[in-house]
Amino acid sequence: MRRQPPPVYSLTVHRLEGLAKLTGRERYVDDLPLEGFLWGATVRSPSPRGRITAIRFDPAIDWSQLTVVDHRDIPGPNTIALIETDQPVLAPGYVRHVHEAVVLLAHPDRAVLRRAAAAVRIDVAPEPAVTDYRAVPRPDQIQYGEDNVLKHLHISKGDVERALAGAPIVVEGVYETGAQEHVYLEPQGMIAALEEDVLVVRGSMQCPYYILKALRYALGRDETRLRVIQTPTGGGFGGKEEYPSTIALHAALLALKSGKPVKIVYDRGEDMAATTKRHPSLVRHRTGVTPDGRLLAQDIEVVMDGGAYVTLSPVVLSRGIIHAAGPYACDHVRIDGRAMFTNAVPFGAFRGFGAPQTHFANERHMDRVAARLGLDPAELRRRNLLRDDESTATGQVIRDGTDRRAVLEQALSLADYDAKRSAHARFNASSATTRRGIGVATFHHGAGFTGSGEVMLASRLAVAGLVDGSIEIRSANIEMGQGTLTVFTALAAERLGIDPSSVRIAAADTARVPYSGPTVAARTAMVVGRLVERACDDLRRRLDLAGATGAGVQAAIRGWYETHAGAELVGEATYEPPPGVMWDDVRYRGDAYGTFGWGAYVAEVEVDLRTYETRVIDFVAVQDVGKVLHEVLARGQVQGGVAQAIGWALLEDCRWKDGAMANAQLTNYLIPTSDDLPRIRVAFLETPYAYGAQGAKGLGELPMDGPAPAIVNAVAAATGADPCVIPLTPERLMQIVEGRMQKAELNEREL
Amino acid sequence: MSVDSAFGIHHSAFSVSFTLNGSPISVEVDPTDRLLDTLRYRLGLTGTKEGCGEGECGACTVYLDGLPVNSCLVPTYQARGRRVETVESLPPARLDPLLTHGATQCGACTPGVAMTSCWIIDHPELLATHAVRELLAGNLCRCTGYDGILDGIAAAMQARP
Repeated sequence: MRRQPPPVYSLTVHRLEGLAKLTGRERYVDDLPLEGFLWGATVRSPSPRGRITAIRFDPAIDWSQLTVVDHRDIPGPNTIALIETDQPVLAPGYVRHVHEAVVLLAHPDRAVLRRAAAAVRIDVAPEPAVTDYRAVPRPDQIQYGEDNVLKHLHISKGDVERALAGAPIVVEGVYETGAQEHVYLEPQGMIAALEEDVLVVRGSMQCPYYILKALRYALGRDETRLRVIQTPTGGGFGGKEEYPSTIALHAALLALKSGKPVKIVYDRGEDMAATTKRHPSLVRHRTGVTPDGRLLAQDIEVVMDGGAYVTLSPVVLSRGIIHAAGPYACDHVRIDGRAMFTNAVPFGAFRGFGAPQTHFANERHMDRVAARLGLDPAELRRRNLLRDDESTATGQVIRDGTDRRAVLEQALSLADYDAKRSAHARFNASSATTRRGIGVATFHHGAGFTGSGEVMLASRLAVAGLVDGSIEIRSANIEMGQGTLTVFTALAAERLGIDPSSVRIAAADTARVPYSGPTVAARTAMVVGRLVERACDDLRRRLDLAGATGAGVQAAIRGWYETHAGAELVGEATYEPPPGVMWDDVRYRGDAYGTFGWGAYVAEVEVDLRTYETRVIDFVAVQDVGKVLHEVLARGQVQGGVAQAIGWALLEDCRWKDGAMANAQLTNYLIPTSDDLPRIRVAFLETPYAYGAQGAKGLGELPMDGPAPAIVNAVAAATGADPCVIPLTPERLMQIVEGRMQKAELNEREL
Repeated sequence: MSVDSAFGIHHSAFSVSFTLNGSPISVEVDPTDRLLDTLRYRLGLTGTKEGCGEGECGACTVYLDGLPVNSCLVPTYQARGRRVETVESLPPARLDPLLTHGATQCGACTPGVAMTSCWIIDHPELLATHAVRELLAGNLCRCTGYDGILDGIAAAMQARP
């Protein structure tokens, strides 16, 4: 008789917490029972820049009933510790953006609190603000270094000037992308409470240890008196990477001063107005190319709006420029990137982390190159996609065995690309009011932290064997909808050959779990999942059980406790970089990522020439992200990412006033509904990655990269216009098609 | 109910009676309390979520006399004498097709999505005049791209006798 293969749990386990979510039993931060607590509120700057001349409290309110906190109540340095230490927890007499937090209030009655917050007036003596990151700042607008440049990065490969000078054809283009609001459906929220001498912060977050670091620094408390616990998190998309540290600090300051638990939950308007967004970008391309479409030189300049504090802009810029030349072979590449200070609400992490912006520019530009050469855009990509043993802009030699042309061909085939192009030509010639078009984008996305980031994180993870023979995974990586709980459970169950019901995941609680790094950068399944597997192996080693699986492992765990009373059985793993990965952080050369995921997306659109509305009528997303760990979860990541990117491309228009969002509500900041989207058709090619869990690569961010350029390329094909700006709202498309928009011009941000 | 103090809302007396998930109840509310606040903070039924507070996202969807409404737009006093059903009333077995097809990810929109989905499933006659995409358009989801939800609804409708 043939031996049965081990069960493949990853294909059979449904989302573990799914039923709790569907029945409303899952308790998010605002759902937790809490006794004797105060609601907290934030009073914010009305002005983009200036000295605070007065903070006036309306005498009609009995302020003795409220807890009032300002910067003088901060025990340690007034700084939200992240990459730099420039951002205050509460403005100390000077503000640099609208909505900057100045005063905190707390009261048991939310209605009283709202009235009180409206009764605090902050007077600011205005100073010249900078609200356009694209313009050269005047001397009186300089507020960071000598030139308002938050970060300047440069990549150089070969000799771009010489190659451009010798190129028979040079194509130029300027591309712009707008800000984007995350719109995770659960707004941000935190509860802070003193439990004995330990300050405990619970809430919606991606990175418990980021918050721990921020609390330790600004509160001057050591880690034994701090504890951060993630609550079920209703979406993050990067919006809950760095910003929650601010709310945690605010709630903590109010709790320390009042001696009571304090809950801060933003409403949608405050969340949209005050928290981070995707960095707006402007990208210039100058490309040398042969008549038959071979890339000779890529000269690229990237500028991003960082907003009023450094936050994560240097690393967003870094990922942006590393991806700016696309997944193509080119010997001469120069990429210059700057993140600019402005007096805008700081921009921050958002799914894709800079790469969607530069991919939009590059993929739109590829179509412009194809148009100049009279080539099919798909053919231009076919001729330039990286082959194994060729190198990226940073000189990283790609050797992962992925057939990037096969990814493209499958996308074209599923989308029926060639037939559609012919059909659209016939249709467009016959319709007076409607135009159809199809567009393609090919792209890559580095998985995990950039450069030496994963080495510096040195993530650690533990898998404990429990007395009853079950196991517990202890990691700081959180579930926010992407499937961490399910994937970790399936990985451990499969590794040990035990039933998934015998696996549980510890809450992401800094008092209980080791630091396995932040839940960002599409690193959780690939990098941390691999640690789950290795910690399971270590557990097995400690049991001296090289071969045993299933009931044998569980019996051995129970047996271990019979001879180790009072001890705990724990398997551990620490990150080890894949062999041969070398990154030069000074010269920006070498292996920027352990590996890349590869995608080819095709969008078909219909444009109504009467309303200039663009509808995406078909979407095909093909990618190779290594082994797919869970088909339903993986498909859901792609569909959700594509939907979010369709919103960024066509609908989601942040309007600005004084560097703050003027349309901070879902009534006039539109995200896609079910009726705005087509079915998003997803396919995977699976070339395993030897150093990811079960051969997986990162997945979550990649789907954000391809849709916007594929869609705008389709609009260009449909209309014959050459739009270079997103969001491509009907108003903007009308201006472009009717020739009223001479140059890329995004929002009416005052100079 | 002691939930009042637990959730920190102090109120002036104002009694409203309605049928909640099949049982008659009376609850003291402020005149300005939304049905959403009453359910969550006075009655402890936290399955109903607030996503936007202005009737755009549908996370707070409940049935009022059998029709899905945004409970953030309903003053509690308007529920007087009426039937209110929340996500807590849905039998878990009914939600299985949504679970298996990937209709939930982060879960914040999900109770509202579950309410609207079950309502569509219970009213197949609507499909003669409306697409499911149109019927679901009052519920914003930022995670799934809606395909998992649509697949779950389709599977549930197919499984109906």
